[in-house]
Parts: sequence; structure tokens; C-alpha cells
Amino acid sequence: MTLPTDKPRAAAGTLRGGPRRRRVRTGVPLPLLIPALLGLAFLIVPLIALLVRTPWHSLPTQLTSPDVWQALRLSLICATLATGVSLVIGVPLAWLLARVDFPGRGLVRALVTLPLVLPPVVGGVALLMALGRNGIVGQWLDSWFGITLPFTTAGVVIAEAFVAMPFLVISVEGTLRAADPRYEEAAATLGASRFTAFRRVTLPLIAPGIAAGAVLAWARALGEFGATITFAGNFPGRTQTMPLAVYLALQSDPEAAIALSLVLLAVSIAVLAGLRDRWMSAG
Amino acid sequence: MTRTARRTRRPLPHAAGAAAALLALSACSSGSGSSAKPDSSGPGKLSGEVTVFAAASLKESFTTLGEQFEKEHPGTKVTFSFGGSDSLAASITGGAPADVFASASPRTMRIVTDAGDASGTPAAFVRNELEIATLPGNPGKISSLQDLTEAGRKVVLCDKEVPCGAAAQKALAASRLELTPVSYEQDVKAAITKVELKEADAAVVYKTDVRAAGDKVEGVEFPESADAVNDYPIALLKDARNAEAAKAFIALVRSADGQKVLTGAGFLKP
Repeated sequence: MTLPTDKPRAAAGTLRGGPRRRRVRTGVPLPLLIPALLGLAFLIVPLIALLVRTPWHSLPTQLTSPDVWQALRLSLICATLATGVSLVIGVPLAWLLARVDFPGRGLVRALVTLPLVLPPVVGGVALLMALGRNGIVGQWLDSWFGITLPFTTAGVVIAEAFVAMPFLVISVEGTLRAADPRYEEAAATLGASRFTAFRRVTLPLIAPGIAAGAVLAWARALGEFGATITFAGNFPGRTQTMPLAVYLALQSDPEAAIALSLVLLAVSIAVLAGLRDRWMSAG
Repeated sequence: MTRTARRTRRPLPHAAGAAAALLALSACSSGSGSSAKPDSSGPGKLSGEVTVFAAASLKESFTTLGEQFEKEHPGTKVTFSFGGSDSLAASITGGAPADVFASASPRTMRIVTDAGDASGTPAAFVRNELEIATLPGNPGKISSLQDLTEAGRKVVLCDKEVPCGAAAQKALAASRLELTPVSYEQDVKAAITKVELKEADAAVVYKTDVRAAGDKVEGVEFPESADAVNDYPIALLKDARNAEAAKAFIALVRSADGQKVLTGAGFLKP
């Protein structure tokens, strides 16, 4: 966020450790440049359009309505909780995939990343079948503990974690593979148990990768829509996150939808920009 | 010399490929219309594609009517987009390529007519009444709208922004009941699905949806539904690319044959 101080630091980092690159300044071939610019425009123009069409005059009233804050607060809380859940169960999973050689590891890795490519609404249906009141696990949760997850804030967190955790696992696993296992082995020869070695040696070593994965997962959770509306439903203050509020506002009040989208866009940009220099590039 | 020449030329096929991909992408959105040109093989003979945007609650009956239409007019193809009336209306005013719009409420139809996207005046073709959908056998012994307000009941309503939700609010207001659902679903099908999956104990939906769901849910009628009957208007759209066939489809919907299919699905005559 303090760009002037961050930039030189990043630049210094590349100067110190980064590989030296030859500067090729002449001759960006036109057949590359044109599609590249098209690609850039394709990604950016819709966002600019959002800004152009924003009802600036009514924005203050739109954004100070309690409904918006309720949805935004819920979004932030749920995305953070989902990231927390992903950290607690995702980091050990990534460790397992990176460090333990077991049969079928490739298959497990593919299954772990499946939610990345699965349409989120399919994820929501799957969660309903598993954890719904009538689901294969959910019916026992209901009859034994009286816990039902659909239509609850916990359901939102679960839906978001389901969709976001693979980002964390992939990021952490990649960092673990790049990290030298000899440090852990050295710790083990010095008498540390495997868990102590993980906690004291491996974790600090891969912290940047974990942070990068957590940021990605958080951002993904914040934007999650399909799984949430399918699994957790839509109730203001309890399960209505910002993306749901945007979608339903679009049905009757496009101006409100644009204003809400703008907030979500601003939050996303702030997070990515604020954390990028510190963590993302390190991962 | 030759090397640099080759190097600069290489990316060309890729660029051409990208351009072709872009062209294909843009063609997707408008390409379906090219087949919709009326056939000149004979006067009055219909052909081509008719695109009908219709309220989610019309899904079953309109699918039947679409098949009937294709059978009566060989060479035609009826394509449907079913969804919440409001999002359909938003798509149409946003330029979606549709020939006919059948909405679940006059309010949503007005979004389209106000934007000047309808051709002519929309006509009401059916009406729909609300009903409570509960689990088969009605294990919660729900017999009235009031029963839904009891604590501990998981009830889902449609969101107030969509017609079935607006109608439910009207019925609740008419009977002076406060009902806090567990969720406001985005359309009527999503609401009844939550009951079918046994995630919710009850949903306030259209009578037609209860009938369409068969024995997966049980319907409970309630008198207040009379205060919240929805008119369904249908209209030809101004930018229809196959206006002749679209008009014929609307005529079929409004004909005695069409009305038979619709009342068979639980709709009321307008």
C-alpha cells in the first residue's frame, strides 16, 4: 500500500538474488503484441465499464445502507474463516502430498485439485448430498448432534472452504517441493521428532508459500457464489454474502448491483495490491 | 538473415488462431440467428428457430407446447431459456437474442415494455396460484400458512425480487403473518428443490410447481393464496428474428389446445 517504499525493496530483491536477464528492447513482434493487447483489453475493459456505469451520485446512499454492510461484513468474516479452515486442514494435506510417498498419490492430488475446475454450483450440490440434512453424512450430524449445515453461516464457510482450499494446497505443496528436505532431515538427526521438525523447520521455511496460498484462497472465498447459494441458501445477515447480494440486486435494481460490485472489486484490488509485494512474489 | 525473418514470422499462425478464436467467440452470440430466416419454400410455411424466454414455472408446460409446435410446423425449432422472470427480463433489455418473453408477473413484463423491447401489448395467458409444498405425507402436519410461522420450522421462500417471492409476501401481508424463512431462494424451482431434497420442511411455491414435482412433495392449499394470484403475460419481442414463427408460438400458447396443456399443469385460466 505504501508503494513508494515497497517498490525499491522489490527491485532490490531482484537485483540481489534474481537471475540476470538480457535486455531485449527492440522488436516486439506485432503478431504477438496485438493479441497481447487484445488480451489485456479483454480482461480490463469490463472492469472499466463497471467504473463508467457506476451511479456515482447515488453511491453514498447505496453503500451506507445497512444491508450492504451486513453482506460485506458477512463476506469478510466467512472468507476469513474459510481461509482458516483451509489452513488448518490444507497445510497438513499439502505436506502429505509433498513429503509422503504413498500409493495413489497422483490420484489423490488430482482429486484435491478437482474443486478448482468443478463448476462451483456442482460443488454446492455435492455438499448438499454430503452434508445436507438428508445427506450421507449430514443425516447423522442431524440425528446425533442436531446439527444442520444448510442455511447457516457455517454452511457458507464450508462452501467457501470447499472451493478455495485447493488454491492453498497447490500453493503450499509447490513450495514444499521446492524446499530442501535436508533441513528437516538434519533436524531429525539432531533429535527432533518429525512433528517438531515440521513445526520448527518446515513451517518457517514455507511460510511465504502458505501466505501466498492463503491470500489466493481468501480472495477466491470472497468471490464464491455458486456453491454458497446452492448449499447455504440466501438469507440476509446469515448466508447472504456480497456476491449473492449482487446477483439478487441485479434482478430489480441494477444500480445497486453495480455499486455492490464496485465494493467487491475495490476490496479484491486492495487485498491483492496490498499483499502482492510482501508475499505473493516471494511464493 | 533468414533466421531473423523466420523468427519474426513464426508467431503469425498463432495470432491468426487467436483472431479466429475471437471471431468464433463473437459469432457464438449472434450465430444462432442466421438459421432463423424464414424459409421461402412456400407462403405461410414456418421454419427456423424460435427462442422463447419463459418463467421457470412454465418449464414443463412450455416444453410440451414446444414439442407440439415443432410437430405442427416441421422445420421449426423452439429453444427455451427458463429462469427467474427478473433475470430473463434483464437479459432481454440487455440485448439477449429472444423472440418471445413469457413472464410470471406483469411487473417483470413491464421492465421489458418500459425499455421498448416488446412489440405490441403483452397479453395475460394464464394465472398461477400459490401453494405450500411439504414433504410427502406432510410429516410436519402443515395445514395453513400460519403453521409455517411456528418456531423450528425450516421454510424457504422465493426472494422478494422474483414474482413467486413477491406473491408470497403479498399472501403473508394479507393474512398479517410474519414469516422468517431460512432462505430466500433465487427462483421458484430452487425453492421447491430444497423441499424435495428434504433440506427444508416447506416452501411457498406455485401450485404448478407442486404438481410438476410429482410425488416428491405434497401440496397444501391455503385460502390466502387467492390474494396473491399472479397473471402471466406473454409478448412478442421487438428484435425477434423470427417474428412469424414467434407469433405462431404465442398463438398456440393462447389457443384452446395450449390452454389445455397449461390448465393440465395446474394453471388457472386468465
